[in-house]
Amino acid sequence: MEQITSLIQIKGIRDGLLATFMDAPWEDQRIALLAQIDERPSFFQGARLAMDVGSQILKVNDLVDLRDQLSERNLILWAVVSESPITEQTAQLLGLATRISKPRPEEQRQFADPINDDTALFVNKTLRSGTRIEFPGHIVVIGDINPGAEIVAEGNVIVWGRVRGMIHAGCKGDRSAFICALDLSANQLRIADEVSATLKPQKDPKPEIASINSEGRLQADLWHPG
Amino acid sequence: MTAQVITITSGKGGVGKTTAVANLATAIAADGKKVVCIDGDIGLRNLDVVMGLENRIVYDIVDVIEGRCKLKQAMIRDKHFPEMYLIPAAQTRDKNAVSPTDMIRICNDLRSDADFVIIDSPAGIERGFRNAIAAADRVIVVTNPEVSAVRDADRVVGILEAEEKGNPALILNRLNQALVRNNDMLSAEDVLDLLGIQLIGIVPEDESVIIASNRGAPVVNDPKSRAGQAFRNIARRIQGQDVPFIDLDQQSGLWGAIQKLAGRK
Repeated sequence: MEQITSLIQIKGIRDGLLATFMDAPWEDQRIALLAQIDERPSFFQGARLAMDVGSQILKVNDLVDLRDQLSERNLILWAVVSESPITEQTAQLLGLATRISKPRPEEQRQFADPINDDTALFVNKTLRSGTRIEFPGHIVVIGDINPGAEIVAEGNVIVWGRVRGMIHAGCKGDRSAFICALDLSANQLRIADEVSATLKPQKDPKPEIASINSEGRLQADLWHPG
Repeated sequence: MTAQVITITSGKGGVGKTTAVANLATAIAADGKKVVCIDGDIGLRNLDVVMGLENRIVYDIVDVIEGRCKLKQAMIRDKHFPEMYLIPAAQTRDKNAVSPTDMIRICNDLRSDADFVIIDSPAGIERGFRNAIAAADRVIVVTNPEVSAVRDADRVVGILEAEEKGNPALILNRLNQALVRNNDMLSAEDVLDLLGIQLIGIVPEDESVIIASNRGAPVVNDPKSRAGQAFRNIARRIQGQDVPFIDLDQQSGLWGAIQKLAGRK
């Protein structure tokens, strides 16, 4: 038992409890967490739990199962913090927070040392209301961005589909970032610290590209090939 | 018998989930199937009122879960259809009195004994919604042609996809064709374009629905109501029949009646 429970550290933070997982297979981590809770049920009763799962890659089923098991023990899972974009996406899809008030040391390092390589996150589906995708690089979406969905990238954003939600490119201040889409009628676009007005849906949408023009304004233009 | 468990949900409140459950259950029961409805809205129950069974409640779903009665004792038989039952929600408790595992257990107990189990989900995407979809074989999302309702429906569809609950079907409720013609209301195409899920029925705006709900007699029992017709058609589609969609541009009034007599419609 001693060996299992040492896989997890649980401590109090401002927003409830934070469980930090050591590197181990997910099944072991899950069992260790539930074992710790079952040891002291009264302590955990009704608590709000955040999890820092490190680089663990978690699928929807993993989190759903754990959330159900926690809810049976009267614990509410509200946040999953992860270094893996896949796990972050999973958590976001389930409506869980992916940031907690305490900044992670890893994140602080990112602020000091911006990523310069051209990594991109590829999302091959329509993003529905309530989904938020953040990535420290470019984001490419094959699908629509529905109203209420948000895309936040440090680099450029390319959408092969319709944009009706919010897109923020160059979120760390890169004013040369751009956003392009087959139909760019978003309710809000942002590049660096510029915010656009609403773009009206068009009858006959054409591909457009939005960028910051020479006057320093965010502007959308039709896409001219060549 | 192995019942199919169907959950009716929406995200936004007030779009007609409970009305849809009462009407679909009644229409399926009228087709001779055994149907059990479960009110999943613990603390804000109202399916019993819409079905006109309020004064017959002795035990509710929380009594079953907490072992104060047998499942059979909490099943209230409908006034008109002996093969239709309601398991009411508790009014004096909240959503935390039920867990997803409880719902799965109850539905599994019902499976051998019914053709359809229809669960009325509460609004929202929290615990009550989780409970309602936990046991579902199939989920039907109800929305109105309003921007806010469609956005909430989109959120719910996203969650259902993430939880791998299969492809939800869509009921578009309270569509007013006259407003759509004047571009004052989202059309069915607009809604489907955004949600991208399969349409199982369009229910036209019809004040007889409200009158029927207040009387505790679902509108499907009214052969003249167009909403009733739409719900009967959806019920057939749920049972696997291929029913053509009704023409919402249908002429009403004298000219429509003449056309009907002439067999043109």
